Amino acid sequence: MTGTFRREISDALANPNLGGALTRFSEAYRTSRAKAYEGVDFESLRARIAEIKGGAAGRYPELVARFREQAEKRGAKVFLADGPEKVRAYILDLAKRSGVKKVVKSKSMASEEIHLNKALQEAGVDVRETDLGEWIIQLAGQKPSHMVMPAIHLTKEEVAGIFSKEVHERVSSEIPRLVKVARHELRERFLEADMGISGANIAVAETGSLVIVTNEGNARLVTTLPRIHVAIVGLEKLVPAFSDIVPILKALPRSATSQLLTSYVSIITGAAENTDGSPKELHIVLMDHRRSEMAGDPVFKEALQCIRCASCLNVCPVYRLVGGHVFGDVYTGGIGTILTAWTGALERSKEIQGLCIQCGSCVEVCPGKIDIPELIVEVRRRQVKEQGQPFVQKAIFKVVNDRRLFHGVLRAASLAQKPFEKDGLIRHLPMFLSGLAEHRSLPAVAEVPFRDEVRGIAQPKGDRKVAFYAGCLIDFAYPGTGRSVVEVLNRAGVEVVFPDAQTCCGAPARYSGAYDVAAQNAIDNIRAFDGLEVEAIVSACPTCTAALKHEFIAALRSEGRSDWLAKAQALAEKAVDFSSYVTRLVAEGRLTIPEGKALAAVTYHDSCHLKRTLHVTKEPRELLAKAGLPLVEMDEADMCCGMGGSYSVKFPEISAPILGRKLANVRKTGAGTVAMDCPGCLMQIRGGLDKESSPIGVRHLADLLAERLGGR
Amino acid sequence: MAGARGTMISSGMFETFRARAEAVSGEVHRVASDAAAADFLAGFLESEGVADRPGSRAVCAATPGLAGVRPEQLAAKIPGLTLDVDRKSAAESRVGISAVDFGLADTGTVVQDASSVPLRLVSTLPEIHVALLRTGAILPDLEALLPRLDPSRSPYLSFITGPSRTADIERVLTIGVHGPVRLVVLCVDGPAAAAEGAPS
Repeated sequence: MTGTFRREISDALANPNLGGALTRFSEAYRTSRAKAYEGVDFESLRARIAEIKGGAAGRYPELVARFREQAEKRGAKVFLADGPEKVRAYILDLAKRSGVKKVVKSKSMASEEIHLNKALQEAGVDVRETDLGEWIIQLAGQKPSHMVMPAIHLTKEEVAGIFSKEVHERVSSEIPRLVKVARHELRERFLEADMGISGANIAVAETGSLVIVTNEGNARLVTTLPRIHVAIVGLEKLVPAFSDIVPILKALPRSATSQLLTSYVSIITGAAENTDGSPKELHIVLMDHRRSEMAGDPVFKEALQCIRCASCLNVCPVYRLVGGHVFGDVYTGGIGTILTAWTGALERSKEIQGLCIQCGSCVEVCPGKIDIPELIVEVRRRQVKEQGQPFVQKAIFKVVNDRRLFHGVLRAASLAQKPFEKDGLIRHLPMFLSGLAEHRSLPAVAEVPFRDEVRGIAQPKGDRKVAFYAGCLIDFAYPGTGRSVVEVLNRAGVEVVFPDAQTCCGAPARYSGAYDVAAQNAIDNIRAFDGLEVEAIVSACPTCTAALKHEFIAALRSEGRSDWLAKAQALAEKAVDFSSYVTRLVAEGRLTIPEGKALAAVTYHDSCHLKRTLHVTKEPRELLAKAGLPLVEMDEADMCCGMGGSYSVKFPEISAPILGRKLANVRKTGAGTVAMDCPGCLMQIRGGLDKESSPIGVRHLADLLAERLGGR
Repeated sequence: MAGARGTMISSGMFETFRARAEAVSGEVHRVASDAAAADFLAGFLESEGVADRPGSRAVCAATPGLAGVRPEQLAAKIPGLTLDVDRKSAAESRVGISAVDFGLADTGTVVQDASSVPLRLVSTLPEIHVALLRTGAILPDLEALLPRLDPSRSPYLSFITGPSRTADIERVLTIGVHGPVRLVVLCVDGPAAAAEGAPS
């Protein structure tokens, strides 16, 4: 990561307007989006969109041909351009040939992608953005910081300053007044322009139609008043049938702006009439710019299902802190990271891909059903494959990849940290590590790891047997939680075995794009658990459980180790998270949790992988209820705590404010304890609360249950 | 029987349409007959101070099917109302009047085959757009509308839901950017819906 990028991040974080505006927005968005989707079956709607757009991505040549035939039959000219240069050349040539002096534009991300304004201006053409947000950033000489609300990063005072310069008089910062200035200033531009340039939200092959969705009404003027209309349309906008517009028109306004429908939807099919009665000169530029290549890529084809609603930005814990000028290029946020890797500057894409914390919030809301974090990890994987890993990372994974060496290092660390340790937490670190512990205390590496301790636990020989997958954090930092897991399961008559050869689940390597390391971790673990006569493999770490259930398979597949897939599949079928397994035991009547009376209230934090990868949310809450622990829900219970594995080490400056927000939401509940299922979240949240000397207890659910069962 | 049922559905549909349109700052009125529609328009134009001077005029796109309203009779009564729609007259007008083809109840949307340019000029440039809609042409939703659209015959289809809006500055909703500041939908009960009795 370059120093410049680090500085961009710290500047964005230090800008109170930015963080304030984005955070208020993301808070309001959650509620307003839910309201807009009331009565709509979102899952089936997005399945339909994914089917339509995914299907279209497999047949662009055919859809282009059909679109061209239909649109040209109705008087349009259709030009297929393979890249930005061709698009710019076509439009510049057209402008020159037709004597175009003035252009008005409605919002088009495709035109931003190819930096069209710059090219037009250099050719002496006066080009005006007319979407309010786009006009503001054009006047300010900036890039959009959000795909739907390009100027969301600016305050009304800043906008007033920008407008004052443009109209050469002092403009008040009242928003209705600012909007009037735009209406007044741009009205004349619409009327005098020779060419209107727009994008399109959908292009229908069956009919040759363009569908344009707007709120301000500028697109209607851009496509009506100038005698020439040019529409720039990325191939991913193509859908086969006219009826395919219905699900997209249902989802796009709801996801983008929480509206049931935008103020205007225009469907343009061929050349309509000009205001002087002549037929409109309509040029439709279909832009490929690597979309066909993406469509041929088994992983990235999915990204073409995007409808550009930007909901992945609106729910992103990182975007709302740093905004789109840091987290993005032309396209911003999660999907922007993927699009930048394909259509933007390579160097930029290398920097921004690291910003995704892999919390999966965007996956839940994406109307195109795109697994954005997964695709970002794939961007990382390919970059690592091409250039190798950064030196330090490589050295670390070399250690992690050798279990004996790795565990030896951890044991050595337990001794080395002694001078800094107090009550099991490290509050101060030597200078070179201090960035890691500034906003939270870190757990001390346990003196006796769980792998050693487990041998001394006398277990009942039950009729049921499970294997325990501890994961590094429980094994080496929180062995007490491992003890709790064993105690709870023993209480149900379940014997717990601990295969010694188990090692890191590979998540750190995988999230860093080092799939070869992750695949080797997977193989080592499969070997460790192979042949055990157990009914389940239980883990009390959701990240580890997600690895056992899904990511071993993904890493092996990606590395071409298909020889291990059958065994990985068998392991995945047995893997289960602690809460789900205990819920099963309770349902079978094998375990009764004594219901405490008048216990202090608890609040529950949903860990990213537990909720969004394993889809477990009810189970831990029901177990808390069974134990008689009154639950007070916190705001944004399922928002990431900022840990993200090594993310908190790579971007401590981003991790800290995400944690700060989580802690504030915990405090607001008034609960004396915050419970969770993930030792990573526990490390982050406990470290944060310790740093502020909070009396709030931070407990793994296994520890709470073991306590209720009277173990401790 | 079928007719009576159809009427009932239409009435519920109108109420949903009205509620949804009003929720996005649209104004909805309903009159029982074509004659009442003409009276409403005359009263409306008068109350909006329409007069024969730039900025205060009104334009009406005199397309067939203007919900039975005779535009030339109206124009004869109201000074400042012109049926001669072009860029200049529309840009100088405060009110634009046009007929729309369908309503969509679930979003409060009006839908118009706007292929004829005057229809677009009167609904984009003036501050107020008055849309005349047959009450019976209100459909439940987009799915119900789709089979009735034929893009191959309509080069420009417009869906209009409330007035022009933006939230581009500090996310504050502001009405009236480039398009109309007010959208007034006048639902006119046609012969089919007249059996229903007095409109609300």
